[in-house]
Amino acid sequence: MSRKTEILVVGGGPAGLSAAIVAAQLGSKVLLVDDNPHLGGQLIKQTHRFFGSSARDAGIRGFMIAEELLKEAAGLKKNLTILLNTSVVGFYGDTEAGLLSPERYEKVTFERVIVCTGAVENSLNFENNDLPGVYGAGAVQTLMNVHGIRPGNKILMVGSGNIGLIVSYQLMQAGVQVVGLVEAMQTIGGYLVHASKIRRMGVPIYTGHTIVSALGKDGVTGAKLCRLDEKFQMVPNTEFEVKCDCICLAVGLSPLIELFQQADCKMVHVGELGGLVPLHDVNMRTTNPHVYVAGDASGIEEATTAILGGRVAGARATESIHGETAEAGKVVSDAVAELRTLRSGSTGERIRWGREKIEKEIAAC
Amino acid sequence: MAAVADVQEKAAAKEEEGMSLRIDDHPVLSFKKGKKVSFTFEGQQMEGYEGEPIAAALHAAGVRLLRHSPHKHRPRGFFCAIGRCSSCMMEVDGEVNVMTCITPLKAGMVVNRQEGHGVIKP
Amino acid sequence: MLINDGVITREELATVLPSDERFKKGPVAIIECLQDIPCDPCVSSCPKKAITMKSGITDRPKLDEVKCIGCGLCVPRCPGLAIVVLDMTHAARSAALSLPYELHPVPKVGQVVKGLDRTGKAVCEAKVLKVLSAPKFDRTHVITIEIPKDRALEVRAIRVA
Repeated sequence: MSRKTEILVVGGGPAGLSAAIVAAQLGSKVLLVDDNPHLGGQLIKQTHRFFGSSARDAGIRGFMIAEELLKEAAGLKKNLTILLNTSVVGFYGDTEAGLLSPERYEKVTFERVIVCTGAVENSLNFENNDLPGVYGAGAVQTLMNVHGIRPGNKILMVGSGNIGLIVSYQLMQAGVQVVGLVEAMQTIGGYLVHASKIRRMGVPIYTGHTIVSALGKDGVTGAKLCRLDEKFQMVPNTEFEVKCDCICLAVGLSPLIELFQQADCKMVHVGELGGLVPLHDVNMRTTNPHVYVAGDASGIEEATTAILGGRVAGARATESIHGETAEAGKVVSDAVAELRTLRSGSTGERIRWGREKIEKEIAAC
Repeated sequence: MAAVADVQEKAAAKEEEGMSLRIDDHPVLSFKKGKKVSFTFEGQQMEGYEGEPIAAALHAAGVRLLRHSPHKHRPRGFFCAIGRCSSCMMEVDGEVNVMTCITPLKAGMVVNRQEGHGVIKP
Repeated sequence: MLINDGVITREELATVLPSDERFKKGPVAIIECLQDIPCDPCVSSCPKKAITMKSGITDRPKLDEVKCIGCGLCVPRCPGLAIVVLDMTHAARSAALSLPYELHPVPKVGQVVKGLDRTGKAVCEAKVLKVLSAPKFDRTHVITIEIPKDRALEVRAIRVA
């Protein structure tokens, strides 16, 4: 069995949805594929209000932004076909991919593909880190905000980036006690307003600390923590135990990039962006001219930047097939301007460094 | 039996804590659930909601030990909850290596802990 | 220090606190946002245009205490829940503090709750004077509590029994 489309979009989270919507709006025939039973990626789990510009979505809760995107996509059925519960399992040549769903395996031929496969949670090395009850932050969000189930009654959060801070707050909204938040650096990693929110609810933030071991036999019953010095070395005789029945790891994400490697895209390791990413230009195009990228797969960032990157990719992929248009050009210039604003300021520094590395590598190509 | 002890211990702990793990009242979200169904876990009858992931139904019922690792028999539960890490694999209706964090619960399912690699039937 | 433990110090607070003269005139907003993050819903939320950001959305919001009438429309709009409205003229010994609240159970008017400082420590009792919930506020309630004046700069959260 096989299908044909102009633009294949892999992954229906904020990046993929936005890329598919823009491409379909601009007249391309689009096939959007997601391996979940529903679209929206991680965006549907975000109950907090988004930051950014009030001109676009700031102050609106993440899952409501997802609902808006889904409504937009639903209105584009003429050009946009959606396949759920379907995995893109491989690329064959430059314009063919394999699609696997519970019902069938089939091939699809396309002219361009936009890969928006997102990211996977990092784990952390400590004794007994494999005990039942040690969960990734995304897993905790999924359990709570999608399935309506508390991950435990007393949680220890590891990691003070925005994800650790936000998920701690969401845990408290779900009626779970957060016994503490552990951060290896001496300073808090995420937005300080997020940190203040949980501090005034009584959650201690242990900066300059790490988790030494998880305690428990068949599941987590506690954790052993200790202090770290500025060189991240454990300070002797500073160990202490906390009681908890769940340890949540919010220690970063890594881009999911297997499909790019199958497509022979040149990859580059950029620590600030989460690891290996496909080299790509300002049009979100990789070194394989058929392959575009957007969202966390292009570098770990946020849902708003994923949406904007997806819009650029959808517009440019369309133009590369149907020719340049003023309409597509405006989508891109608007998105690029917004991205620049979001990445400005001191909190955007790391991302800017990471992006500069990509630009240098592309220029050298 | 270890499975029963785990479930009973959890149920006792739940009663002690006075709080079920299911969220009935949330300040921002409301949860649509399918119909309540029965399934068996390690021979014990359990209840969950049709369509929710098997691992979620088990978790809500106090079970988070889903399998034992092949070499050192270490207890394992889920980790990523989106079908990427393979930590949650169990035996479901006789089939092994089922990723229970993304497999929807159906009435009458027979769910067992997977010990080690599991045997794939030809 | 805020960056080490998420708790604003007196010195840090002083950079955003309205003047004593302004507090004597009636309710006024306090925007405890001290980082240049890309975010600006507070600016568009103010009907009196009392909140500005000079050079773009990563600027720290600046409150014009003269233009601010303490209406509290900014309180539920801030994604960081960083804005409160403080009325030091509420009564002789007590002040009225309006803060954003997104937990259940939502307290009722007349109920007595605990006033928490920025570390979550209960420092006083607080009577609930008003509970504002509106579809426009999208599930962020604005709770006004009565607290002792000498706790007015400390209390930033409540605990409902």
